[in-house]
Amino acid sequence: MRRQAQHMAPWAAYCLVGLGTLIMLAPFYFMFVFATHSRSEIFSLPPPMWFGDDLANNLAILTKRLPFWRNLGWSLYVGIASTLLTLLFCSMGGYAFAMFEFRFKKALFALVMGTMLLPSFMNMIPSFMIMDLLGWIDQPRALYIPGAASAFGIFLMRQFVGSAIPRELVEAARMDGCSELGIYARIVLPLLKPALGTLGLITFIASWNNFIGPLVVMRSPDMYTLPLALRSLQSPVDTEWGALMAGSAIATLPLIVLFVLCSKQLISGLTVGAVK
Amino acid sequence: MKHLRLSPRWAPYALLAPFLLLFLVFGLFPLAFSLYLSFQSWEPTSGLAAMHYVGLDNFAFALRDEWFWKSLANTGWLALASGLPQHLVAIPLASFLHLGFKRWRNAVVGAYFLPYITSSVAIAILFSSLFSTDYGLINLLLALLREVPLLGALLPAQAVDWLNDPDALKPAISMIVFWRYVGFNVVLYLAALQTIPPDLYEAATMDGAGRLQQFFHITLPSIRPMIFFGVTLSVIGGLQLFEEPFILTGGKGGSDQAGMTAAVYLYRNAFDFNDFGAASAMSWLLFLVVALLTWLTNRAFRPRTR
Repeated sequence: MRRQAQHMAPWAAYCLVGLGTLIMLAPFYFMFVFATHSRSEIFSLPPPMWFGDDLANNLAILTKRLPFWRNLGWSLYVGIASTLLTLLFCSMGGYAFAMFEFRFKKALFALVMGTMLLPSFMNMIPSFMIMDLLGWIDQPRALYIPGAASAFGIFLMRQFVGSAIPRELVEAARMDGCSELGIYARIVLPLLKPALGTLGLITFIASWNNFIGPLVVMRSPDMYTLPLALRSLQSPVDTEWGALMAGSAIATLPLIVLFVLCSKQLISGLTVGAVK
Repeated sequence: MKHLRLSPRWAPYALLAPFLLLFLVFGLFPLAFSLYLSFQSWEPTSGLAAMHYVGLDNFAFALRDEWFWKSLANTGWLALASGLPQHLVAIPLASFLHLGFKRWRNAVVGAYFLPYITSSVAIAILFSSLFSTDYGLINLLLALLREVPLLGALLPAQAVDWLNDPDALKPAISMIVFWRYVGFNVVLYLAALQTIPPDLYEAATMDGAGRLQQFFHITLPSIRPMIFFGVTLSVIGGLQLFEEPFILTGGKGGSDQAGMTAAVYLYRNAFDFNDFGAASAMSWLLFLVVALLTWLTNRAFRPRTR
């Protein structure tokens, strides 16, 4: 009896894990299925379980109600700009923190890391006011410039420079007469490629999903990024569910593709610092 | 070009300058400003000159405000109901994946992790259709399960009005948050489990310890630091809960304010009620709660001295 129970246990566990996997994936499946159905089909009994042929119609509703392609464009633009700026500034800063000695280095690093512990909602109001003072309301730069001061980015880059770039290499280049900026551009940056890839992915995804940022600074629907645009389609009276699902699916698809292509790099980057 | 050359002495400052400049302007200054603002009475529509110092009035207002307390209680409820199950599921799941499941492990981990990187807005929108009362898949699934003997008795007898019934809204939000973050915790625990030397388990097996005993005497103590880390992240994240309740309740907090988290209430005070002073004071009060709870978690997980 006991032996039988021990044999049964793994099978039960396999089934549970399998069921769990289905539960995790099912919402994505239905997001894509619903994107191809009209509103009345989505809310029928039983709801559609397989793809329909209303995708074009849903997209038509989406583009009629929203400057949807513009919103998509802003999401891409802000995502790419914030990724490039973050990579540049954080690799420079991380290199400085890892390889140079200067006054207040420890204190400065601690200060930057300390802000990672502060909840993001604390910045909501003051950042709106700063953007207002700067005249950046409704400007995409209000989204990608502040994001480039990423404490997590500095942390990741410093860790990686410390472990991937030998001090002797930098010294040798300096002896050979390479300028400081040349060392950064020709030696440090190429060696940082894997870390840049990881940080780039994380930054792009965070920017793509960012909701509070645009919610606070973007006022006109023409300037909305995707999450904000989708949210604006929700109305208490008649929500166009098919269109909303099509939009959500379009907002989700690039992330799924990125994830399938680079899940290892992403997971290891997001959990950095968790493992000693 | 030669005169533009940086000396190694100045290079670190030049390299750090862009980052530090942004950090000062968009990282530190806003914090200081929000503290300043919490002692001011001000409506943004009346211009900066209309700001005046009111001492601790904003804090007193927040502490006497019934809704603020309600939003704190909601936040605590949601953080606990979505946070605790994440770990109770993730720890056994990760240790099972670690021991068995060699071949499909990465695919399974990927499936659990995927919700974590998806847009919370898209997810909240999707779930608001899944949670629909009459035609939502979740109620449909419940209706099917109700037919199952024994299990059926535990389930609600009628379709649940997830998004409008104040008692059902919080469980609905917790389910979404659980779904979104459980995979992240699985990844954390898998990373921790990989650092446990296999000899420990071999030795335990030789001594006749069963799977369960090994789990409680080897696995759990070894991943204790990671549990601390994961729980801390859940506490911090749970107390900041904003996007899911905000989308699901149309930005208003839901019927009877059952989905009004502290972060949503703070947003409403600032941008719906135009009271930036009170909202800033609330953000600092909320920060104190986060700091206190993080400290308590830290204490709870501190290695005991024998």
